[in-house]
Amino acid sequence: MRLRTRPASGGFELYAWFFMRVSGILLILLALGHFGYMHLLNGVEKIDYEFVARQYRTPFWKTYDLLLLSLALVHGANGARTLIDDYIHARGWRALFLAALYTASFFFLVVGALVIVTFQRVR
Amino acid sequence: MLVKLKILRFDPDNDKAPHFQNYEADVEPTDRVLDALNAVRWYQDGSLAYRSSCAHGICGSDAMRINRTNRLACKTLIRQVAPNITLEPIRGFPVKRDLIVDLTGFFEQYRNVMPYLVNEDPMPTVERFQSPEDRAKYDDTTKCILCASCTTSCPIFWANTDYIGPAAIVSAHRFIFDSRDQAGGERLDILNSREGAWRCRTIFNCTDACPRDIKVTKAIQDVKRAIMSQKL
Ligand code: FES
Repeated sequence: MRLRTRPASGGFELYAWFFMRVSGILLILLALGHFGYMHLLNGVEKIDYEFVARQYRTPFWKTYDLLLLSLALVHGANGARTLIDDYIHARGWRALFLAALYTASFFFLVVGALVIVTFQRVR
Repeated sequence: MLVKLKILRFDPDNDKAPHFQNYEADVEPTDRVLDALNAVRWYQDGSLAYRSSCAHGICGSDAMRINRTNRLACKTLIRQVAPNITLEPIRGFPVKRDLIVDLTGFFEQYRNVMPYLVNEDPMPTVERFQSPEDRAKYDDTTKCILCASCTTSCPIFWANTDYIGPAAIVSAHRFIFDSRDQAGGERLDILNSREGAWRCRTIFNCTDACPRDIKVTKAIQDVKRAIMSQKL
């Protein structure tokens, strides 16, 4: 028990906790919306390259998918961060796992966002 | 009725690792697990070590793992757990001997949250009044007997004994939401740390474990919300 001697790093944990609540609620709505539009209104047999290209002509769907991507990734990465924090105590291993996690999340976030933002229809 | 007791034993002077030992005890279904333990210690094996004081579920000394859940031996009836009863010490604190663990760390956690009334106002000549509504805000957390069942049922605490633990947060809650107390902000600051309330992952083991039926997870959630409204 080292609580007294350890300065409160609580600020960050507080925001992380709050973010998890808010992003969790948003993700449920976004995922349901995605599911409803893709699978109930349209269906897998209709989804092809043309379908996506048509979708990405509108900024609405670009924003929608960008939001879904970034919230899901950060939400998941933060969950993984707490797991590492809870179960990996050796300093070196923890640093390694966290570095791997942050690198991977950042990479996927950038690549995903790039695809959505710069999407150009090719014939 | 005859019950089979399987007790995890450990003698630091002679054993390298804890090991199970089997006993049989003849007890009534309406007896308590504590009575079965007494039957063993008094008539079969005087070397068996466990704590108990009040034997009425109020001192909190005999929390143990009974069939893999934290309970008080003096509050658990034989018929609830018979015929095979496995007894182990509560998890996460160092075992001193058999079912006795070293609770020094537990009470350190407890002292960290300033579990006493802080009020700098001049001493009144009468009681400090409080409305029934204000009293109700922390009623649940006054029931804590510091048996450590909740803290030692928490997987996050098993993995990380730096975590201040549910019991200390419950004790903090009891004063944070007391309208006569003035150190709520300070306690919230203490709990607003990585090893404080934010370490809680809402697993609910603590709520299941509490022999006083305190809604422990809800109390922790109250504290998190209080920190949030204080800071945001
Ligand atoms: S002996 Fe006191 S609580 Fe069980």
